[in-house]
Amino acid sequence: MKIVVCVKYVPDTAAKIKVSPDGKVVDLSDISFVVNPYDEFAVEEALRIKEKAGGEVIVVGAGSEKANSGLRTCLAMGADSAILVQDETLENADSYPIGAVLAAVCREIRPDLILFGKTAIGVDNGQVPAVVAERLGLPQVSVVVKLELQDGKFRAEREIEGAHEIVEGSLPAVFTAQKDLNTPRYASLKGIMAAKKKTIGIRTTQSLGLTAEDLQPRISVVEVTLPPSRPPGKILTGEVPAAVPELVRLLHEEAKII
Amino acid sequence: MSQGILVFIEEREGTVKRSSLEALTTARRLAGVLQEPVTALIVGPGNPAVDLAHHGADTILAARHELLHSYSAEGFSAAVVQAAQKVGPRVILGAAGAMGRDFLPRAAAGMGVGLAQDCTEIRIAEGMQLECVRPIYAGKAFARVRPTLLPAMATLRPNVFALGAPDSARIAETVEFRPDLSADAVRARVAGVQAASGSKVELTEADVVVSGGRGIKGPENFAILQDLADAFGAALGASRAAVDAGWIGHDHQVGQTGKTVSPTLYVACGISGAIQHLAGMSSSKYIVAINKDPEAPIFKLADYGIVGDLFAVVPALTQELKKLKARE
Repeated sequence: MKIVVCVKYVPDTAAKIKVSPDGKVVDLSDISFVVNPYDEFAVEEALRIKEKAGGEVIVVGAGSEKANSGLRTCLAMGADSAILVQDETLENADSYPIGAVLAAVCREIRPDLILFGKTAIGVDNGQVPAVVAERLGLPQVSVVVKLELQDGKFRAEREIEGAHEIVEGSLPAVFTAQKDLNTPRYASLKGIMAAKKKTIGIRTTQSLGLTAEDLQPRISVVEVTLPPSRPPGKILTGEVPAAVPELVRLLHEEAKII
Repeated sequence: MSQGILVFIEEREGTVKRSSLEALTTARRLAGVLQEPVTALIVGPGNPAVDLAHHGADTILAARHELLHSYSAEGFSAAVVQAAQKVGPRVILGAAGAMGRDFLPRAAAGMGVGLAQDCTEIRIAEGMQLECVRPIYAGKAFARVRPTLLPAMATLRPNVFALGAPDSARIAETVEFRPDLSADAVRARVAGVQAASGSKVELTEADVVVSGGRGIKGPENFAILQDLADAFGAALGASRAAVDAGWIGHDHQVGQTGKTVSPTLYVACGISGAIQHLAGMSSSKYIVAINKDPEAPIFKLADYGIVGDLFAVVPALTQELKKLKARE
């Protein structure tokens, strides 16, 4: 079983967000980066499938040189090799060009399974897996909480509003991982040492045969702004027997929402 | 020449998702600016129990095909792409629910166009361009974006866009079409649906959310929050601290690595307000905080708050709500 896991290196969830001077992007200098938390579930799932059925786990990233550190973390978890499509312009690219790039890498590898996290925190977009699936002509199942494989077929449970959908189909296919899928392992010291000896293959968009049309932006950013501050609220500090009826009165008479 | 707005309507056994009607109402508003028609697209064997014309459709397009009887991203994506070929819309909208988020990006990729995902504002800008605002970094910032190619696609965050009063004077013609689909183009399909355990009201669709955090102290204490949630008819949420402690399932988690909610009222109980959590609920219309620490960051965001012990405040609030409901 050949498994590709697409991994993004993203700002830590605790990061305080600033806007760049031109007002077009988030200023990511001085921010610590982590492997996208949802991608860790995808890497873990790939490793478990490999441990059970044998095969190879290849992690793939697209972005600036910095993304190497994220791929190295995945290698330390146990992935066999990594590929980085190194291109500064991909850092702020929209889903379509990124999807085109990752699909081109997968087309060369010809994996049985392509795994993603359900969304990359930060851009919160969740579109790249669908672009990859469409470009490769593969089925896709997103927000997966359970995945079973047998004889080239899969049965996946995906989270929808108040329920789980059972999706059945055939491999190869694209899946995106939700938090409940598994509990990701930590890299062991042995894993970290072993990762230093593993290779990260560097590719360029040119070497993948991507055209200008493939890489053309589909979304233009007019501006990025911080949320407006909310006016100070009414905070009641009195005893419970007085404060609670007052809160209910405010919700009923002032806000008129109950 | 691209013209008009195509809206994907999520419909199951006649039931139309509220979020789809929000998208249709929004399409009507944008169509008023463009002076162009609105086409509502339904996919599958069913017929909506609500009249889509009343909510803004000029035409109802029904994609009928036996391969569309159960949901698949491939099949539904192909249906939207082929509907777009028929209608030639300037804009395609849908709700950013589990289904729309899954397959509409695939349809966009199929047409080679861009999609603005999970928008909280939308308008027609100069040059009849679609302009959308979408929260990024789970609401810590907002990006104002424009899809650069036609059709311009966007999905709308549920619960954010107003649902106008239906106009029963409006009528629409229903047009059926059979998309060109072969069995080998649909290789993964929904084989069944299992109701999830836990909350009775879905978090992302709830009008009121009652959430608990570290201050709840243990799994057994979620019962008092459930009582409050029941009194409100609310969904039950939780902070990452409560989920990571194993007190409640991840499907209840609100925040950057959980769900993003936009209810009319969000009641945060024993939640300090880590930036991770605020990210998932700051687009709520009203926020009520109950916390014993007056310095808790959640109070900076709250419209109303009570500084006090939640184990005293929450049951009292439940009783007070029941009294109010009984009076009315």
